[in-house]
Amino acid sequence: MIHDQANYEREGEHVREPLLSEKGQETVDVREDSPLPDDLTREELTLPNPSEPETARHYTRLSQMNWAIDSGPYPLGSCTMKYNPKFTEDVAADPNAAIHPDRSARSAQGNLELQYRLQEVLADIGGMDAVTLQPPAGAAGELTGILVAKAYHEHHGNDRSEVVIPASAHGTNFATAATAGYDVVELPSGEDGRVDLEALEAAVGDETAALMLTNPNTVGLFERDITEIADIVHDAGGLLYYDGANLNALLGRGRPGDMGFDVMHYNVHKTFATPHGGGGPGAGPVGVVDELAPFLPSPRVRETNGGKGYERFEPEHTIGKVHGFTGNWLVLIKAYAYVARLGDEGLADAAAKAVLNANYLAERIDLDVPFGPFHHEFAATAGDRDAADVAKRMLDFGVHPPTTKWPEMVPEAMLTEPTEIEGQSSLDDLAAAFNLAYADTDEALDAAPNRTAASRIDQVGAARNPRLSWQALGEE
Amino acid sequence: MSRANGTPYAPHTDEETEAMLAAIGVADEESLFDIPDPVAFDGDFGIDGRTEREIRDECARIFARNDDLTEFLGRGHYGHYVPSVVDHLADRAEFLTSYTQYQPEVSQGFLQALFEYQSMLVELTGLDVANCSMYDAATALGEAATLADRVRSASGDVVLVPEQLREGKRAVLENYCDGADLRVETYPMADGTADVDALADRAGDDVVMVYAESPTVRGCIEARLAAVGEIADETDALFTLGSDVVALSVLESPAEVGADVVVGESGALGLPTAYGMGLGIFACRDDFLRQVPGRLVGASEERAPPEAARDGGGDAADAGGTRAYTLTLQTREQHIRKERATSNICTNQAWVALRAAIHAATLGPDGLVDLANDCVREAAALADRIDDLSGAAAPVHDRHHFREFAVRVDQPAEAIAAELEAEGFAVHAIGEHLLQVCVTDLNAGKTDALVEALEGVL
Repeated sequence: MIHDQANYEREGEHVREPLLSEKGQETVDVREDSPLPDDLTREELTLPNPSEPETARHYTRLSQMNWAIDSGPYPLGSCTMKYNPKFTEDVAADPNAAIHPDRSARSAQGNLELQYRLQEVLADIGGMDAVTLQPPAGAAGELTGILVAKAYHEHHGNDRSEVVIPASAHGTNFATAATAGYDVVELPSGEDGRVDLEALEAAVGDETAALMLTNPNTVGLFERDITEIADIVHDAGGLLYYDGANLNALLGRGRPGDMGFDVMHYNVHKTFATPHGGGGPGAGPVGVVDELAPFLPSPRVRETNGGKGYERFEPEHTIGKVHGFTGNWLVLIKAYAYVARLGDEGLADAAAKAVLNANYLAERIDLDVPFGPFHHEFAATAGDRDAADVAKRMLDFGVHPPTTKWPEMVPEAMLTEPTEIEGQSSLDDLAAAFNLAYADTDEALDAAPNRTAASRIDQVGAARNPRLSWQALGEE
Repeated sequence: MSRANGTPYAPHTDEETEAMLAAIGVADEESLFDIPDPVAFDGDFGIDGRTEREIRDECARIFARNDDLTEFLGRGHYGHYVPSVVDHLADRAEFLTSYTQYQPEVSQGFLQALFEYQSMLVELTGLDVANCSMYDAATALGEAATLADRVRSASGDVVLVPEQLREGKRAVLENYCDGADLRVETYPMADGTADVDALADRAGDDVVMVYAESPTVRGCIEARLAAVGEIADETDALFTLGSDVVALSVLESPAEVGADVVVGESGALGLPTAYGMGLGIFACRDDFLRQVPGRLVGASEERAPPEAARDGGGDAADAGGTRAYTLTLQTREQHIRKERATSNICTNQAWVALRAAIHAATLGPDGLVDLANDCVREAAALADRIDDLSGAAAPVHDRHHFREFAVRVDQPAEAIAAELEAEGFAVHAIGEHLLQVCVTDLNAGKTDALVEALEGVL
């Protein structure tokens, strides 16, 4: 398969869609018709002023230069790029749901009911006792969870200074622990790619506030010793945090709460198929066990009158707020609709097909996969090839490449997560793209990609000479 | 061809599943799971899968339980009319179903849209750098505080914020400050805006950041921002200004009043009233470029490829030097810098930024300025009319207002708000005898009815 992305040429020259500013700007004298005195206003405002047809063409052309799930395979490891069911957009577009967050509870019973229902299903799926929907992304969920853990320890007169994180964890875990004011203790991976119990014993102690763990981990391995891990952390007085990035592998087959996790976040834009939107918005609800529930952000939603109504309430020892209002509401609606569509059988089947697809794809590619048995994702190694170059070459074959050069425990890693949405023939195409790129010449890899809207972009130059706006380009 | 019951979003027929299992060399899907029995789960969540139609009906029924009120609500979350073109363009699947632009060569479209969004904010703030989104105004303010902590070498640990600040925004700020060992303190306000003299008295070496808002949470336009900026500057504190994308179209340019950082809401464009879902602005001076939280899109060039290696030769070989866009300065970010990153943010609000950019493009500078001017005129006109009612005085503060203003009422505010709700209107009760009313293009046509209802309940 060869794929050509949108490209424009004029008289043999490669031309790119102009910036809106290059299509024409207008300067408005703000003070001319202002109801405000001059000392409160700016003099003028200069911005593009395209007509609506020009606007429509501009953004349509931009969209043609953008790979997406609906374009083809998008197996970014740890990102869970599932198909985003279209009907969920329509559910979320209901104008009745688009109310202001400061509405009284009495006048917002519909939204409160949906919030309550989603809290409940997420708690069931995670095996948790209480859920907040407020965190607006996975990393925000991590920060919420760690702040809840911190408040819990402090409430018990038990200040702790460290968070333990496996070396293979997502970068957000480390950054989150630091943002919450903790020192990070990095746990080296065991030889089998999992947590090494002896190393864990050595790493945890009186200062351990929490262990942040992804399970299956970032090369797709289930932490088989999870019960022992939980015991070690709990015996030291620490809490066990579950990073929900890889929850898709467990749906219907394992619940973090049953494994001893005390607090977790859910990535609804991964596991529950809400659109990734070019980088966001996502949502990162947090679930906790009963003991931690009093520390969750405020407000939460509960039933009143035996289920006849709903109200907001402030948890007794709440950490306060992690978002100005109620989080990414429109995203949460889509997650609810997705879970309702799948039900028990669909959720379990999603995990089964995600794991089946990863294993089938790994079987079909010529690259080695050093760690297993893996679940929904695997880290292949490009060996003596440069993983980033192999990935660039894959772009020419009508697929998005996997996550590259991470996690570091696999040299030249290509972390691949096809999700459940690819069928056999699509996976065969994906495997072919892997194999063709992997076997290609050094020169071809270095020159790739060739059939994309832009050829290889100078990253070093972009960082060395930052031009972050059309104003900066104009100054050149 | 048949498919077992399961997710409707996996294409596998039973035959395909069998063939794939055979290729892997296992008997069934269960064999692929390596989950020990003691922690395995039987799959019974008790969730019944429903059809699309059932779920649409169910959710429509649920949302219909929200009362149909005409909202005069603001205080940080604003609804303006969003033109249809915004939905239709932003909903293109190439945008909506893509992710962060880790492979810029196939993501030029979104990158350019975000670059344009950043550029619009550079124009609106007058600052050199704007990132491509934070979650919302509150989290952006939290990030500004941690930036102040990093860039101010002074031994201070105090973040000064106005006494009148949305409670939720302050609560979020406190959580970001907690980890950086910063403390949040307030400075007094005089008639709805910063009490500059009191602020000057309070300022000192222990302050790392001074925050002011214009418009304030009560809709007052700050008249003395430059003085606030000078106070911050004299004590080497960071001056962070909070605003929103519509107000910035007409109010004093933040750069002109000495702002080091601008935070606030861009969601006033592009998003309907969305139960608080937002789009955080983060812009700052060039000096802090390498301390900026979140993603930055930069312009670069296509690298001139080695000619000999082109598989087709020809046109593409001429590509070197053409402008292209990429995420840049990523060594600030968590996936590279880990615990030394400038922020833990990964997933952001990129699609909302796209929507705001399309909305701004559709309005053009004329339309934006008109929209903003209407926010001033409509608020003043409505305040006048409420002031004419007996039992109410508005605006409470003798300031220019943007969209919203406080109203003093003789009777208890909560009771009046409840009575108005029964009449079909939502307003804020913000104090024992204080209401707050917000008017935008969405409810401007309903002000007669509001005034009439208010007259009836006063």
